Amino acid sequence: MYFDHAATTPLSAQALAALTRELSRCGNPSSLHGSGRRARRVVEDARETLAAAAGAHPSEVVFTSGGTEADNLAVKGLYWSRRDEDPRRRRIICSPVEHHAVLDTVEWLERHEGAEVCWLPVDGDGVVSVQDVRAAIEAGPGSVALVTVMWANNEVGSVQPVADIARLAHAYGIPVHSDAVQAFGALPLSFAGSGLDTMAISGHKIGGPVGVGALLVGRSVKLTPVLHGGGQERDIRSGTLDTPSIAAFAAAAEAAVASLPEESLRLARLREKLIAGVAAAVPEAVLRGTPDPDLAGLRLPGNAHFTFPGCEGDSLLFLLDLAGVESSTGSACTAGVPRPSHVLLAMGLTEEQARGAQRFSLGHTSTDSDVEALVAALPEAYARARKAGMAGHESTIRTAGTQDL
Amino acid sequence: MKVLAAMSGGVDSAVAAARAVEAGHDVVGVHLALSRMPGTLRTGSRGCCTIEDSRDAWRACDILGIPYYVWDFSERFKEDVVDDFVAEYAAGRTPNPCMRCNERIKFAALLEKALALGFDAVCTGHYAKVIEDEHGNRELHRAADWAKDQSYVLGVLTHEQLKHSMFPLADTPSKAEVRAEAARRGLSVANKPDSHDICFISDGDTRGWLAERIEMQPGEVVDETGAVVGAHEGANAFTVGQRRGLKLGRPAADGKPRFVLEIRPKENKVVVGPEALLAVDQLRGIKVSWAGLPIPAVQAQAEFDCMVQVRAHGDPVAATARVQLDGGRQQLVVTLVEPMRGVAPGQTLVLYQGTRVLGQATIDSARSLDWDPARVS
Repeated sequence: MYFDHAATTPLSAQALAALTRELSRCGNPSSLHGSGRRARRVVEDARETLAAAAGAHPSEVVFTSGGTEADNLAVKGLYWSRRDEDPRRRRIICSPVEHHAVLDTVEWLERHEGAEVCWLPVDGDGVVSVQDVRAAIEAGPGSVALVTVMWANNEVGSVQPVADIARLAHAYGIPVHSDAVQAFGALPLSFAGSGLDTMAISGHKIGGPVGVGALLVGRSVKLTPVLHGGGQERDIRSGTLDTPSIAAFAAAAEAAVASLPEESLRLARLREKLIAGVAAAVPEAVLRGTPDPDLAGLRLPGNAHFTFPGCEGDSLLFLLDLAGVESSTGSACTAGVPRPSHVLLAMGLTEEQARGAQRFSLGHTSTDSDVEALVAALPEAYARARKAGMAGHESTIRTAGTQDL
Repeated sequence: MKVLAAMSGGVDSAVAAARAVEAGHDVVGVHLALSRMPGTLRTGSRGCCTIEDSRDAWRACDILGIPYYVWDFSERFKEDVVDDFVAEYAAGRTPNPCMRCNERIKFAALLEKALALGFDAVCTGHYAKVIEDEHGNRELHRAADWAKDQSYVLGVLTHEQLKHSMFPLADTPSKAEVRAEAARRGLSVANKPDSHDICFISDGDTRGWLAERIEMQPGEVVDETGAVVGAHEGANAFTVGQRRGLKLGRPAADGKPRFVLEIRPKENKVVVGPEALLAVDQLRGIKVSWAGLPIPAVQAQAEFDCMVQVRAHGDPVAATARVQLDGGRQQLVVTLVEPMRGVAPGQTLVLYQGTRVLGQATIDSARSLDWDPARVS
């Protein structure tokens, strides 16, 4: 039972067909001969398809290697170009619940490029308020380089008021970036309608392949490139275009958006069933992120995130994995120490509460019986994980140094 | 059995896990995150917890086809091992952090979590052997390869801890054999260098590392009679047996080199004297524990013959030992047949009979019967 669609979701049939069709063909879209023209045709078709799916103009699509690169390009590119226009613009107004692709980029700019980060507060559901953005801007509108707030949170699923933020910032002439990697294909979304200046999306979260994504860049937006080279993609992102992946990404996007009205409703209902099931099976569990019982689109349809008191998220993950249920603690853990989620800490949870986090994310292959199996496996896993306790607590095993002889 | 294989990322733990899998156990690999700040990629002589080690452990689990997890014990490790290490040095003692880690982390915090999650045993790549007698009681013994034997650093395990310990490398004839086996099994860590240093002191400069953490106070250097013979920058910078760097103003009466005999942190004094006085005859041990059930002589508080070892790769020497009760707590008095040099308070003494580990204690005092430390005032 796979409950980790927010990490990656199986390739859609349409994407697989496009991918395998193009993989066996040769041609660099930048070449001027027949093979090149054919490849270029495929890329430009994909660009139009993707633009239509995202509510953007085709010229606004800049293909990248994924969401992370798109976020890096947007945040660094906007910062550098705005600062170069006016050296006073060094402030980055940023939500504290961003994905690391934005968070770490912003912090890097702070350390190496003289940026000053203005962290926005969030409420208990992890949502930024437009008033706080206004206050942050009004503290010095002339010193703001950009605002960056994600569309929907990858851990707790809360949806942010990005269109309102964009409208507000534009009144001051300030560009806004949004990481829409989780939102695209899951929520009805239009780049044009949002008013955003840049928006990051990714292939493999919507049934496309890993290793491809895009940054939507408004036509009047100036970005300083991160990757220099052959001048592809409006000179904003150099590098030979990956025709098969781009074709598959567009095919996946088209399919996801076409089925979005029914599929998001199906997933949101399934999510509510999961939330109710967890609440019944483990009453101590606390739902995190914006509740959306009326299916009003306040939360990602496939996201259910809980904290389980008194246990480590990774113990629970381990026990659920043994029971055949694949979930996530929701926060990044690179080879080293699993850290309590920065998102949950920003929402005001204690480190101990944050350590009991578990995210279940649904996708196009999820079914009722998956949810039932999860709910059935949960009580025993939770009881055991609780017994294993929290890391950092003193062991009760008597040892040479602790036993009373 | 359900076995948790503690995977450091080194070759020994990888082969140990492989053998546990081959023996038919249900094995899960776990890497212990012990450092708050996992270092950068490092090569050569290494410690624990680098990203590279974690990746190596992960890769080994992939090859063995077993699940892999990283468990965070950094808080416990800091409190129980690192802080303890600093505190012991600050108190003028010489601790063994690897033993402390076995006692408090691998076979306590990790074991406890493993048992709670439904595991039956913790498996490590230590070279040591656990034997079960006809009543199911466990004994700890030296590994077949005495050159690699690590029973010393496991001497601190109690019967309860031994009951859930598994050391699949017990009967391995040599480390070369383990490397060859790793290569045969396709484990990429087959040629990874051994670790030697204290894992949390990444550059191996223990003295420099301690100097940043322990406040140094200048004080006096006195000789074995109590006469002031020099000054020091901080007593904690010295170890028993040290000869170099004493910077004594005046030579000894006999003109021979002087050695650190004792460190007295309370008085901030370093006691020096002739080499002969470094040899000790009697060790007094506290925080006594028995590896398995205590032998009958222990229970009877009778004197018994044994071998005693005071460092990981030191030679065991013949001794007699006796338990004394001090306010209900066991103390161990060990009298050496031949005097021994280089013993400092804080070190662990491990008692053996043949290959069997009887138990251990932390050395509280080590003295020569020819020299009364009370003379230094």
